[in-house]
Amino acid sequence: MTLVDLQKRFDEKIEAEVKIEPKDWMPDGYRKTLIRQISQHAHSEVVGMLPEGNWITRAPSLRRKAALLAKVQDEGGHGLYLYAAAETLGVSREELIDELLCGKAKYSSIFNYPALSWADIGAIGWLVDGAAIMNQVMLQRTSYGPYSRAMIRICKEESFHQRQGYEILLTLCRGSDEQKAMAQDSLNRWWWPSLMMFGPHDSESTHSEQSMSWKIKRKSNDELRQAFVDATVPQARYLGLTIPDPDLKWNESTGHWEFGEIDWEEFWQVVKGNGICNRQRLKDRIRAHEEGAWVREAAMAHAEKQRHRRDVA
Amino acid sequence: MSAPDSPLFLFARHMGDNGLILGHRLSEWCGHGPVLEQDITMTNIALDLIGQARLYYQLAAEMHPSDLTEDDIAYLRPERAYSNVLLVEQPNGDFAHTVLRQFLFDAWHLPFLHRLCDSPESGLGEIAAKAVKEVSYHYRWSREWVIRLGDGTEESHRRMTQALDDLWIYREELLLPSDWEQTLIRSEIIPDPDVLRPEWQHAIHATLSEAGLPIPQTPVIQQGGKNGIHTEHLGHLLAELQYMQRAYPGQVW
Ligand SMILES: [Fe+2]
Ligand SMILES: [Fe+2]
Repeated sequence: MTLVDLQKRFDEKIEAEVKIEPKDWMPDGYRKTLIRQISQHAHSEVVGMLPEGNWITRAPSLRRKAALLAKVQDEGGHGLYLYAAAETLGVSREELIDELLCGKAKYSSIFNYPALSWADIGAIGWLVDGAAIMNQVMLQRTSYGPYSRAMIRICKEESFHQRQGYEILLTLCRGSDEQKAMAQDSLNRWWWPSLMMFGPHDSESTHSEQSMSWKIKRKSNDELRQAFVDATVPQARYLGLTIPDPDLKWNESTGHWEFGEIDWEEFWQVVKGNGICNRQRLKDRIRAHEEGAWVREAAMAHAEKQRHRRDVA
Repeated sequence: MSAPDSPLFLFARHMGDNGLILGHRLSEWCGHGPVLEQDITMTNIALDLIGQARLYYQLAAEMHPSDLTEDDIAYLRPERAYSNVLLVEQPNGDFAHTVLRQFLFDAWHLPFLHRLCDSPESGLGEIAAKAVKEVSYHYRWSREWVIRLGDGTEESHRRMTQALDDLWIYREELLLPSDWEQTLIRSEIIPDPDVLRPEWQHAIHATLSEAGLPIPQTPVIQQGGKNGIHTEHLGHLLAELQYMQRAYPGQVW
């Protein structure tokens, strides 16, 4: 089959909503875009373990501690599924991790903000997992089969995380003044970074258009952000918390919440590595990787020796 | 003055403390493990142990005359009132130390739970029956890693030898009964360590020999945890564990 035929068949599948599978022919750009996106997503799950992991040993009750452990463990599991999905495209997990550790690959900027109070564990679940869900629900219908299937598995757990986070905040908001203040402070710090999770405006987004036509992405950044704001504002009101945006107002005619402009200077600073925790997060990952090297080597050496012993026997 | 705590209460709380403190240590690895699969496994073991601790604390709370909750027991005691064995409070160190600490604990925990399943005290028997499934998996994991690291490379062998040197002295405490354990052993509510001992010893020796690791010869034994005499490490762990409950007393989370 000629390249033109292959391309034609690929386009027809995309058009007809038939999933692309690992053995199918696909354009180079499509493969590269997927590797970039899926590995970024996998790195985000793993780096995302750090801010929440930071509160496991200090969780205020045993029930909360167990739930948080389970949640962070889920995120690690998401990392595994996603690395496995990326590997179907012909890269190895080691290569992808190397790109993260040398600073070439990105992960979600949200994890470069610090988790400073117990309420942050609630806010991360509610807002960060909440924003992630908007994106991931859409990605269940993404055109690449393994990615779509990984997302279907992951989404079930994410909505549980979001409810759990919201419930943490609800408990604080029904609690003492101190607890309520802790919840408000947390919303103040996490609201804008959560909106930034959807990325630049559609007009500024470099990869968006092509990703939409390949049906990797199915909704634009701005559409997803709007859906998130519309879903979240009533939830904040129910908690009795104030969203830190003076421009937030209901628009009767569009049926949407209007909101203020994101601080794009801050957005780009964090993307470029200058957020408050960028260096710490990367250092933590590098240290875990370097200090784990002898363990990985030992496991390989042992497996090798076992094989040898079996052959000799 | 209130009546002294019953041996059964003290034992349930002690079992809870072992689970909570070891679970806490393992959870410190979360996000920092040597490879993602092992990071997840250690978090999983932590989750099992903390889940078991909750069951023991709930049992202890139920039998206590005053209105205690699992969180009161877990969070609101001074250091001297924690009765976990010294082994579980030892710092994570490198992965070799963590693996060996886990193995020495599991090698006792698993046969102990097997027998505790038959306790005439049904509350304990039920917890043991649930925990034993989880702990057989923990034991398999820690045993395999002791062998892998003992056998693997020169460096991993050296690190395991160092871990043995550091932790071996804490293993015996698991089989040295406190006063309240002795009462429960006499009434056959908990297993007799002398019955466990041969199986326990065999499991440890067989594993170390498969790993090619020397059995330490030191006669030194450290104990005291069951009576609240701890190493200095526990206080720092508790400062972190108790932080929220101490900083915001009496609130609902
Ligand atoms: Fe996730
Ligand atoms: Fe999540």
